[in-house]
Amino acid sequence: MTLPEPFRLVAFLVGTLAFVGLNAAYLVWVERKGAARFQRRPGPTEVGPAGLLQPIADALKLLSKQVLVPPDADRILFRVAPILVMSPGLMCLATIPFGEQLAARNLDLGLIMVFAFGSINVMAIMLGGWASRNKYAIISAARIVSQNVAYEIPMLLVVVTLLMSTGTTNLQEIVRQQAGGFWNWNILRLGVNPLMPITFLIFFTCMLAETNRAPFDMAEAESELVAGAFTEYAGMGFGVFFMAEYANVLVGCSLATILFFGGWQSPIGILSGVGWFLLKLYTLIFVVVWVRWTFPRTQFYRLLNLSWEILIPISLVTLALTSVMLKLFGK
Amino acid sequence: MKRALRELAGGLTSLLTGMKITLQQFFKPDVTVRYPHESLKMPKRYRGHIVFVREPETGRSLCVACKSCEKACPSECIVVNGVKKEGEKKKSVTDFKLDFTKCSLCGSCVEVCPTDALEFSKQYNLASTTKTEYLQIDLVKRLEEGK
Repeated sequence: MTLPEPFRLVAFLVGTLAFVGLNAAYLVWVERKGAARFQRRPGPTEVGPAGLLQPIADALKLLSKQVLVPPDADRILFRVAPILVMSPGLMCLATIPFGEQLAARNLDLGLIMVFAFGSINVMAIMLGGWASRNKYAIISAARIVSQNVAYEIPMLLVVVTLLMSTGTTNLQEIVRQQAGGFWNWNILRLGVNPLMPITFLIFFTCMLAETNRAPFDMAEAESELVAGAFTEYAGMGFGVFFMAEYANVLVGCSLATILFFGGWQSPIGILSGVGWFLLKLYTLIFVVVWVRWTFPRTQFYRLLNLSWEILIPISLVTLALTSVMLKLFGK
Repeated sequence: MKRALRELAGGLTSLLTGMKITLQQFFKPDVTVRYPHESLKMPKRYRGHIVFVREPETGRSLCVACKSCEKACPSECIVVNGVKKEGEKKKSVTDFKLDFTKCSLCGSCVEVCPTDALEFSKQYNLASTTKTEYLQIDLVKRLEEGK
């Protein structure tokens, strides 16, 4: 079914906004329920059945709070930061193919676009921290920049490795290449690169670091920095940062699904569709929650060491290995 | 090089072990109690403030107002009064006041009682905005009200 262009545009705009909003709100619920299960408690139960109305109650509470701007803060940047931080979640989903026909824009440079907008997340948190004019927030801003520099490199090296075998940055095309069953998924393409599963691990680790998820949530290290870059934000300003974290996890996991797990392709080769995409996506998100409630926050120098001493060398090795394999055995 | 690789493998294994442990916990039942909706049964030896034991047949107190507890109390927080009703062999209690602000739950009163008329309640969540509420807990009234 193809709608006329203006309607298609509106449909996708509404759809993307709704999808991101719903996920950002309800992943908070998923996270709290997941955390509770891992710690063997029931989690939110009071508001609505199984606590399902909890995110709405939280949002209402945050919205009813006063919007405070610290007197010495940079007013414009302070207000812009929470808006910017939501943008990667909204922009990147425009090119993510949910199904064979279900993509707002099938861009040829889709992958590059996702990475271009993905970095805004970090920039927005940095701006928020900087504009707050608060010691903790500035330390947090400095941390997030060095963390981002450290983890963008292995992430992009991994993506280059993948691009060498796919030969395209069109996300829909990348998914199509993985058709036919789970042995055709990029994570199991051992013929191109026997280290492919490790490549995925590096991608996943970098994704956690880029989206500031525990154990790499150095920007918001409560025990050291109060709330890091979000210290001065009250009410919905903080709420938006909080929701953006989940929106970014959503984008990161969608990308991992597309790049490594065949997107909307079925693992047995039949009945491909959007259901498979969502199943894979939410499994990965569950793993993200699982990781968060398993490992404690690392120290900052360890975080950087992990990237510079382990992830970057290994991703360089996989890059070299893939080029050699491609040259020797071709496609 | 070899050592670095071994360290890497060891680190990865330990991470995976940690994740395995948390996943096992994920599927086990809750260990917490949803407090206002459900609460744990207090253990037999728990000591709340003292209350009268109800005589099963008559529903009255077993207390004979002998004042042993009043004398035994180290904090002097018990006041007992009783009368001898006509046609009855024993005295019966008319007044039993406990100053719970001073009571240290030592249990001397429970121990010394010749008729075993006192026991510890299982009340663990007493709360009040004024101190006066616990200056004179009226055990006779509590018994009559059937608490």
